[in-house]
Amino acid sequence: MATTDIHVHSAVHGHDDHGHDHDHEHHEGNFWTKYIFSEDHKVIAKQFLITGIFWALLGGTLSVIFRLQLGFPDMNLDWLKPVLGGWITPEGKLDPEFYLALVTMHGTIMVFFVLTAGLSGTFSNFLIPLQIGARDMASGFMNMLSYWFFFVSSVIMFTSLFLQDGPAGGGWVIYPPLSALPQAIKGSGMGMTLWLVSMALFIVSSLLGGINYITTVINMRTKGMSFTRMPLTIWAFFFTAIIGLLSFPVLFSAALLLIFDRSFGTSFFLSDIYIAGEALPNVGGSPILFQHLFWFLGHPEVYIVLLPALGLSSEIIATNARKPIFGYKAMIGSMLFIGILSFIVWAHHMFVTGMNPFLGSIFMLLTLIIAVPSAVKIFNYVTTLWQGNIRFTPGMLFSIGLVSFFLTGGITGVFLGNSALDIQLHDTYFVVAHFHLVMGSASFFGMMAGVYHWFPKMFGRMMDERLGQIHFWITFIGVYLVFFPMHYIGIAGFPRRYYSWTNFETFSGFADLNMLVSIAAVATLAAQFIFLFNFFYSIFRGRVASANPWKSNTLEWTTPVNVGHGNWPGAIPNVYRWPYDYSKPGAKDDYIPQHIPFSETPESNLPGENEQIKLESSDGSISPDKH
Amino acid sequence: MSELKIVEEAKKPLSMNPKKFALWLFIVSVCMIFASLTSAYIVRQAEGNWQLFELPPMFWVSSVLILLSSVTMHWAFLSAKKDNLEMVKVGMSITTILGIAFLVTQLMGWNELVANNVYFTGGNPSASFVYVLSGMHGLHIVGGVVFLLITLVATFRFQVHSKNLNLIEMCNTFWHFLDALWLYLFLFLLFNR
Repeated sequence: MATTDIHVHSAVHGHDDHGHDHDHEHHEGNFWTKYIFSEDHKVIAKQFLITGIFWALLGGTLSVIFRLQLGFPDMNLDWLKPVLGGWITPEGKLDPEFYLALVTMHGTIMVFFVLTAGLSGTFSNFLIPLQIGARDMASGFMNMLSYWFFFVSSVIMFTSLFLQDGPAGGGWVIYPPLSALPQAIKGSGMGMTLWLVSMALFIVSSLLGGINYITTVINMRTKGMSFTRMPLTIWAFFFTAIIGLLSFPVLFSAALLLIFDRSFGTSFFLSDIYIAGEALPNVGGSPILFQHLFWFLGHPEVYIVLLPALGLSSEIIATNARKPIFGYKAMIGSMLFIGILSFIVWAHHMFVTGMNPFLGSIFMLLTLIIAVPSAVKIFNYVTTLWQGNIRFTPGMLFSIGLVSFFLTGGITGVFLGNSALDIQLHDTYFVVAHFHLVMGSASFFGMMAGVYHWFPKMFGRMMDERLGQIHFWITFIGVYLVFFPMHYIGIAGFPRRYYSWTNFETFSGFADLNMLVSIAAVATLAAQFIFLFNFFYSIFRGRVASANPWKSNTLEWTTPVNVGHGNWPGAIPNVYRWPYDYSKPGAKDDYIPQHIPFSETPESNLPGENEQIKLESSDGSISPDKH
Repeated sequence: MSELKIVEEAKKPLSMNPKKFALWLFIVSVCMIFASLTSAYIVRQAEGNWQLFELPPMFWVSSVLILLSSVTMHWAFLSAKKDNLEMVKVGMSITTILGIAFLVTQLMGWNELVANNVYFTGGNPSASFVYVLSGMHGLHIVGGVVFLLITLVATFRFQVHSKNLNLIEMCNTFWHFLDALWLYLFLFLLFNR
C-alpha cells in the first residue's frame, strides 16, 4: 500500500487502542487549548452541538409558551411570573407584544441557531475530515473563529431576551417598515438592533465555516477518494456550504441596508410613512426591495437547513437497511438540482406583494419543478429500504421519520407554490404546518438521527437504544399531532402570528383543535428531556462502544474508539470503493468498508471491479494473485 | 502483516493549495454582496422617484490610481517570480502607497458629493446607494491594504521569492479583484444613472 503520509501523531496516540482512561494527561495543550479555543474539528463539532442543543431547548420552550396562549386563551399564566416577570400582565395573561417577540425568537433561533449552526456546524465539522480521510479541516484557525463568532452572536441574541423592551418582535423575516421603525412596536427597538448585530456575526461565522468545508472537501481528500466515492453526507455538506456561500452575503446586504435605515436615517426601505398622524421624513424607499433581498437568502436557507439532514439520513438508511443506497448518482443529481432551483424560486414567498401575475406564474412553475428532485429522493429512500434487513436503531427510526415528514410536508408545498391558491393560504397556519413538517421537523429528525448514529464516534460510548426508541415514538406522533391539525386551521383561513382569535366569531370554532395542538406540543417538548438525559448520561456512563458499532463502510469507523488529534493513529487509509457495498452478493460479511481493496475481495467483485485491480505491490513489482 | 500485500493503486484526487482556494471562495462571497447591492440598486431604480446627480470627478482620479496600483502589483509579482527582489520591494511599496492614495481620493470624492448637497442620509436612496457601494468597497480596500502591508513586510524580510510565492500570489489575486470590483462599480454607477 503506497503510504506517503507523515506519522506525526502515531507516537502520541499509540496507546489509544488500549483504553480511554489514561489518554487525557498525554495530550499536548491545557484545558483551554483542548476544550475551549480548540482547533480540532471534533471538539469544534461538539461545541456546535452542545450550543445547538441549548438553543433548541430554549427555542422549543418559547414555542410552548405561545402555544399555551393559543390553545388555552383563558388560562391564568401567573405561575410563569417568576420566569417571565413583567411579560405576564396583572390579569395573568401573556403580554401581546411579548407574544410577537416569542414568535420571532422561536423562528430565528430554530432556523439559524439550531438547524443551520447546530446541524451544519456539528456534522460538517465532525464528518467532513473523518469521512474524506483528512487529519483536520483546511484551516483549523478559521474553524475555531467560526465557532467563536457563532458564540458571540449567540450571546448577543440571548442577551436581547432580557431587554426591558424585549427581543426583536417583527417576525423572523424582519420586514421593514415594521422592523425599521423603533416607534412602531417595542420589538423594533433595542431588541431589533441586537438581532441585526447578532445576525451579522452569525453570517461571518457561517461564511468562515462554509469556506472551510468547501476547501476541505475539494482539496483534502485521501488517496482514492474520488468525487464518485464520497458518501452522500459529504455531498450534502458540500452543496449546503456552496448554497450558504452564495446566499448569506445577500442577507448581509439586506441587514446592512436595514441597519442604515434604522440607525443612520437613510431611506432604502422606507417611504411615505405616517406614525400617530405624523409624517416621517423618509421618502423614496421600497419595502418590497427588502423582501427580495431577504428571500434571496431565505429560500436557499431552507435547503441549507434541509440538505445536511437529507445527507445524514441517506447514510444512516443505507447502513441500517444493509443495502446500497438506491440511485447514488440520482441522489447527488437531485441535491444539485434542488440547490440550483433554490436560487430562482424566492419570489414564491412574495406572490401577494402585488407582483406581476405573469412573473408570479414563472416563479410558480420553477417552484413546482422542485417537486421532481424531491420525489426522486423520496423514491430512492423507499427503494433503499425495500427488502432490506432493516435494523431499527434510534438513528434509523429518526431517518425514516425524516422521510415521512419530507413527504407529508412536501406535498403541501405543491399547493402553496400555486400563486392562485397562495392568495387564500398565504400567511395562514397552512404555511406554518407546511414548513414545520418539511423543513423544521424533517431537519430536526435528521439532526437527531445524526446524533444517535455518530454518538459512538463522538464520545466513544453508546446511547441507550430503548430510551432512543421511546424518544422517537413520542416525538414522531407528537409532531404529527402538532402540525397535522394546523392544515385544517390554515385552510379555514387562520392567519399566523395572531395573538388571539377568540375575539373573532369566525375563528372561535377551532378552539378544541388548537387545544389538542398545544397539548401535543407540551408532550413533544417533554419527550426531548428523555433525549437530554440519554445524551448526557451516555457521555459519561454509556456502554463503551466498539470502533465500528453499526458495521458501517465509511472511513470514520476505521478510527480508534476514542479518536485522537489527527484522527488516525497511523497512516490515513486509502479508499478503493464507494461507501455503499452492503450485502454484496458473495461477500463474507454484509459490508465491505471503503478502505478494503478489490484485490482482497475477489469473491464478491463485479467484472468491472476485477479490471480495476492492478496487480502492483507497494514496491512496484508484479506478483500473482495471492488467492 | 509480513506477507506481501497486493493492492490496486489508489489515485490521488485533484487538489490545490487550500489557502488560495479559500481566498477564491472569499472572493465569491464578496461578489455576492456587491451583486446583491447593485441588483437592489436596479430594482429600486425601476420603481421611479430616482434623484439624479453628478458623480464626483474625483472618482475618475481614484479609478486611475487603482488601475495603476494593479499594474505595479503585477510587476512586483512577476519580479518575485524572477527573484528580482529589489524590484519586488519597490513594486510592493508603490502599490501600498497607491492603495492608500485610492482611499484618500475616495474620501475626497465623498467630500465633493457633500459639497454638491448629496448626502448619505436624509435624501433619495440614489444618493445613499453611491455612498454604500463606494463605502463597502472602501472597507474591502482597507482589508486589501492590510494584506499589502503584510506582504510588504514579508518582502523586506526576504520571505517572498520564487520558491515562496504563495503570499504574494494571493495578495496579487485579491488586489486585482478589488481593482476589477471598483471598475465594475464605477462603470455601473456611470451607466445606471
